[in-house]
Amino acid sequence: MPKRTDINSILVIGAGPIIIGQACEFDYSGTQAIKALKEEGYRVILVNSNPATIMTDHEMADATYIEPITPEIVARIIERERAERPDDTLALLPTMGGQTALNTALALFGDGTLEKFGVQMIGADADAIDKAEDRQRFREAMDKIGLESARSGVAHTLDEAFEILKRTGLPSIIRPSFTMGGTGGGVAYNKAEFEAIVRSGLDASPTTEVLIEESLLGWKEYEMEVVRDRNDNSIIICSIENVDPMGVHTGDSITVAPALTLTDKEYQIMRNASLAVLREIGVETGGSNVQFAVNPKDGRLIVIEMNPRVSRSSALASKATGFPIARVAAKLAVGYTLDELTNEITGATPASFEPSIDYVVTKIPRFAFEKFKGAEPLLSTAMKSVGEVMAIGRNIKESMQKALRGLETGLDGFNRVDALVGAARDDITAALSRATPDRLLVAAQAFREGFTVEDIHAITHFDKWFLRHIEEIIAEEANVECHGLPTDAAGMRRLKAMGFSDKRLAKLAVKSVNPVAGANAVRSGLLHDVVEAMAGATSETEVRKLRERLGVHPVFKRIDSCAAEFEAITPYMYSTYEAPLFGEPENEAAPSDRKKVVILGGGPNRIGQGIEFDYCCVHACFSLAEVGYETIMVNCNPETVSTDYDTSDRLYFEPLTGEDVLEILRVEQSKGELLGVIVQFGGQTPLKLAQALEDAGIPILGTSPDAIDLAEDRERFADLVEKLGLKQPANGIARSRDEAVAAATRIGFPVLMRPSYVLGGRAMEIVDSLQQLDDYITTAVQVSGDSPVLIDQYLRDAVECDVDALCDGEEVRVAGVMQHIEEAGIHSGDSACSLPPYSLPADIIAEMERQAHLLALALGVKGLMNIQFAVKDGEVYLIEVNPRASRTVPFVAKALGQPVAKIAARVMAGEKLSTFEPFKRDLPYVAVKEAVFPFNRFAGVDPVLSPEMKSTGEVMGIDKDFPTAFAKAQLGAGTRLPQSGTVFVSVKDSDKPVILPAAHKLVALGFKLVATGGTAKFLADQGVAVEHVNKVAEGRPHIVDKIVDGDIALIFNTTEGWQSLKDSQSIRQIALSTRVPSFTTAAASVAAVDAIEALSRAKLEVCPLQSYYS
Amino acid sequence: MADPAPTLAPKPADATAVLVLSDGSVLWGRGFGAVGSAVGEVCFNTAMTGYQEVMTDPSYAGQIVTFTFPHIGNVGVNDEDLESQVDGAVGCVVREDVTAPSNFRAQGQFPEWLKAKGKIGISGIDTRALTRRIRLSGAPNAVIAHDPEGNFDLQALIAQAQAWSGLEGLDLAKVVSRTANEDWEGSVWHLGQGYGRPSGDPRPHVVAIDYGAKDNIFRNLVAAGASVTVVPAQTSLEDILALKPAGVFLSNGPGDPAATGEYAVPVIKGLLERDVPLFGICLGHQMLGIAAGARTIKMHQGHRGANHPVKRTQEGVVEITSMNHGFAVDSATLPEGVVETHVSLFDGSNCGLSITGKNAFSVQYHPEASPGPMDSFYLFEKFVGMLEAKV
Repeated sequence: MPKRTDINSILVIGAGPIIIGQACEFDYSGTQAIKALKEEGYRVILVNSNPATIMTDHEMADATYIEPITPEIVARIIERERAERPDDTLALLPTMGGQTALNTALALFGDGTLEKFGVQMIGADADAIDKAEDRQRFREAMDKIGLESARSGVAHTLDEAFEILKRTGLPSIIRPSFTMGGTGGGVAYNKAEFEAIVRSGLDASPTTEVLIEESLLGWKEYEMEVVRDRNDNSIIICSIENVDPMGVHTGDSITVAPALTLTDKEYQIMRNASLAVLREIGVETGGSNVQFAVNPKDGRLIVIEMNPRVSRSSALASKATGFPIARVAAKLAVGYTLDELTNEITGATPASFEPSIDYVVTKIPRFAFEKFKGAEPLLSTAMKSVGEVMAIGRNIKESMQKALRGLETGLDGFNRVDALVGAARDDITAALSRATPDRLLVAAQAFREGFTVEDIHAITHFDKWFLRHIEEIIAEEANVECHGLPTDAAGMRRLKAMGFSDKRLAKLAVKSVNPVAGANAVRSGLLHDVVEAMAGATSETEVRKLRERLGVHPVFKRIDSCAAEFEAITPYMYSTYEAPLFGEPENEAAPSDRKKVVILGGGPNRIGQGIEFDYCCVHACFSLAEVGYETIMVNCNPETVSTDYDTSDRLYFEPLTGEDVLEILRVEQSKGELLGVIVQFGGQTPLKLAQALEDAGIPILGTSPDAIDLAEDRERFADLVEKLGLKQPANGIARSRDEAVAAATRIGFPVLMRPSYVLGGRAMEIVDSLQQLDDYITTAVQVSGDSPVLIDQYLRDAVECDVDALCDGEEVRVAGVMQHIEEAGIHSGDSACSLPPYSLPADIIAEMERQAHLLALALGVKGLMNIQFAVKDGEVYLIEVNPRASRTVPFVAKALGQPVAKIAARVMAGEKLSTFEPFKRDLPYVAVKEAVFPFNRFAGVDPVLSPEMKSTGEVMGIDKDFPTAFAKAQLGAGTRLPQSGTVFVSVKDSDKPVILPAAHKLVALGFKLVATGGTAKFLADQGVAVEHVNKVAEGRPHIVDKIVDGDIALIFNTTEGWQSLKDSQSIRQIALSTRVPSFTTAAASVAAVDAIEALSRAKLEVCPLQSYYS
Repeated sequence: MADPAPTLAPKPADATAVLVLSDGSVLWGRGFGAVGSAVGEVCFNTAMTGYQEVMTDPSYAGQIVTFTFPHIGNVGVNDEDLESQVDGAVGCVVREDVTAPSNFRAQGQFPEWLKAKGKIGISGIDTRALTRRIRLSGAPNAVIAHDPEGNFDLQALIAQAQAWSGLEGLDLAKVVSRTANEDWEGSVWHLGQGYGRPSGDPRPHVVAIDYGAKDNIFRNLVAAGASVTVVPAQTSLEDILALKPAGVFLSNGPGDPAATGEYAVPVIKGLLERDVPLFGICLGHQMLGIAAGARTIKMHQGHRGANHPVKRTQEGVVEITSMNHGFAVDSATLPEGVVETHVSLFDGSNCGLSITGKNAFSVQYHPEASPGPMDSFYLFEKFVGMLEAKV
């Protein structure tokens, strides 16, 4: 059936900011969908509040609304589009933007907006979405088609929940309805826990509804990715098997593809069930996934849930098989059938087939528990991971070990778990029984400590098949530890084919000599030479040299969706070690003779390094392709646009380690001309490889690694600052506690303390006193000669600014100056900011730009540079310089409508800035960026901003003035500013005068104010009508009681020092759980009041980016 | 691509098996299963599950199956997942050494089972490179050999591979077919229940000619409501008619349809003339085609896997099918009155036909699945439904 001609405009709803459970996989799917729909000639309208996405690039959709994704705002967009183009027929595609898009579409259907404006849903209709999402209806649907569900019931109150518990028994699983990533759910083992989880689940569910289920803990978990067209042709794209058994959220589980422990008969049962589910739910077209639990004892199959939309796992399945699910789903939504679409990977076969793969894919999630003090690193049914790595190997061992090193958590394989080396059996058993993020490593360690496959299986319920392979890896490690490295090619190849990295092999080999000699072998000299001779190698470099001597290199195989049955035209590759078959080991890389640029990606998402960097890498690919270079992408993050098969000319899905990247470059350099490698766009990940690449003689494009190092090295950088006559906050460096005390005393409290070489401000803290300094040094960081601690003067209440600029070595162009809303000291990634600045005088801005010019030229920047300044009392302080792509690049590009990253990539490849049009920076509008936080995922953690970055994503609000743009940014980030009610104000002394005008405004707007002691007195003295309320420590009823009772509509609470921060934690936590908007800085509070005022004057209007730019 | 010139690679120390191609290429690996040597055509199968079914499919007689999925043997073996009691493939080629199984239905290990069946396995082969080679140069004849001591007379093995005449012109159906009639009893498999038993109700009688049939065909005929008598490949027309069939089923099987057709086609023609309803699968399909006047051709690399899309030409519906064939009906030779009902979406080759005015149809693929998707079970119902309508 050809495409539909009865519609001509399609509204795509994006997923909004990156949050846990909804990450950049929806940029990947949305971008594919938009491209697919545009190809067909439809006018595409997009709404997404996330500026760091490729999909919101203004050349992607025809009308791009960077607006909050709420039913009201999307209704306004529909209204505007209908008014401007009354003759168009408009359809809504709700299946590309995760749960956010589904829920929004359902709300628009429910309130009659879609009907009113004649908008029809395509892909999945409201009934199908509801049937899939509503626990009760879904269960009934499964009963109807004879598929088993877990014993369960739906509760809307605690009493109902306890009634259901009688049937399900404990342990019991609680899942709130209509939440993504299982927010608010969990596993309860006792009644108290049950009550607590049900309460939080009811609270998290927009429909105050939870599903209570019998526990299937320890059962095996599988997922099937299904695609269906309007002719009812349905195919399975990929089966996924979880290594973690039921009980751990699938997003937090280690998973493999394809399913590895099912016979064909069992697999076909699951296949039939998946297709039956899709048909019964009524997903007319597109991609869906169905999750199953299987009893490992008898194969009893239970349907867990289905998602009637593309999902995180469909992104994984797309990357794992080469089948572009979102692209195909978009085409199916407009009427095509599977047999009418081409498999883009082969270019010769249709999309109506089931991919066959001849490798094993492993996905391992990445977590950020270390960012959230007080959060226990335990996995359950509510998702907590912030990113994931995918790895491909020709066997499970290679696949798993590649994934482990691709995680970038310091692993080079199955590293030892030091705490368990030689531990008592009971302790190891206890560790195995806890579903922690590193349980796979604990299992490996248990093998080293003498546990058997049976032992570990009984505790963890990891399938024995996986455990046996881990056991074999550990046995092989012991062999190398005993005998050193093999001296023949076949032996070396055997090890490499098991996935061992050179680094891991070096560590193991050194142990083969003897502990003392091994430890000293890293140094040079005779001892080193002897150890090297005995072990085979003592370092990663030496293992590499040994491999080169033996001629053992990886080959590259293609991901072709068909297990080599057909020729693939798309160069999508992974490495593996093969024995020679017909002469040489077969290598399918087939490098071209073109002039090429390699772009290194950012690896798994983490807090501090996410989609913004992938955005820059994608732009580098696009722009260098435009000027004729062959672009070669290396990355291992399956959620990204950068790993889409058509983003670059050639794609290597590989871990970003020195070893893996050098092997790729070896092949790529064998033919054609490698212009160089871009390491400055993917965040810290590729930067860490710069030295190894330079040492290997690989040209690095753009700013030299030495300049990057200079900017990161405190002492070298301080010299440069002095030479240029710029001003930095006073600072020092400490390698011991005493040095830290001395430095802090010299600088004067408060000081900012942090370990050196970090991204995202990990373990950074504002320290107010000696006592706090001691606490920091003993609990937060390890201070030693190798890892010193940096100490900075903390500029309290200074205004912080970010400047993004480009330089070609001769000319400097500032792209954007952003003024942070939150004062200096809050991590820049966690601050809201405004472009252009909303309250800075012109001379200060000019001074920052002058300093940016000086620094760019002095550092010899070729490409992008980001500078952070603090402004205090009319003085500009330089905080830090990063001569590389920054987190703010996509925001600046969206605010300006300029391809900042694209220009930077071309400058890095040798073009001059003068060949590009200057940036138009005189904007008649304001863009505000706001960060979003995952605090609701980490019970017990204080939801407060600090120098430690905690946000997972960002939104942008854009409008004619700052207050309105700020209001939009708040709404986009999920904060609904109230229009009436009571505001609680409790601010530190220095903030009191700052907040006063805002307090006056609130009263004028009809708000009631309540405040605690000092603030209440101050406001009353200044003539503001205010009511006193008790602090928590002052007896009840106190402020928390009032918040719980729903008496408070808005909270302004700032603190001074450690104690007051601790005292107010309960206020922030209750605000978070009751969803009362809460601001913890004076500047943000003032901005919020201005926004409330703006909202009281006029309703929010919507406008596409394309209109702002024109 | 790989150099087609012979490569006499030196034997690695741990090699206990070898695959020797007729062009002289020597592929070393590690042996498992039976010890000895066997000659056959090397084909590849892209299914990711169902190795036990594949290894018991009589259609693979005379073949050495390369599994493209690297891990084979994960789920062990059991007594249920068998597709026949006869010898099919002579051996298999896999990437990874077989590890102990993990599956609640596993009763034994794949290597021991292969050994008991007299089939040879070789692991440690870059099966993807071998598959690409087959794609580019066609399916080679080869000898697979396994010796735990690692002693091989390569020249003799090469000579053996070269001396073998190959599958073309070979009638393997008579080798793997039953030798006596059998009343088939079992129905299809269900989790926790095993294979079903039909009810005692009167059922249309299907005579199934066994050219090397997979058992799941008979199970599906029973499940669709037929009673089934399986007869040997060379059963005469008279003997078939004497069984008073309501319909006759023409099974799949190994080898060259033209060779088997020498005795089978006259029988099929006789059945057609008498308007006996016919349903054919794979080899049965090809011979029905020949009987109707079409010709068959040897394919370059064949179709073997469980992911092959086939389009029903009339309805436009796509079925994902299980396939295993190296010969095909040449659709250009379909005479008038023979309708192409199914076509491969991979290469446009013929996948089904029906004869106008007759209750006779057939498909090239394996609607009985096992292994593979069950999208095409409707064909059994269609056939048995046809017989019931006549009754």
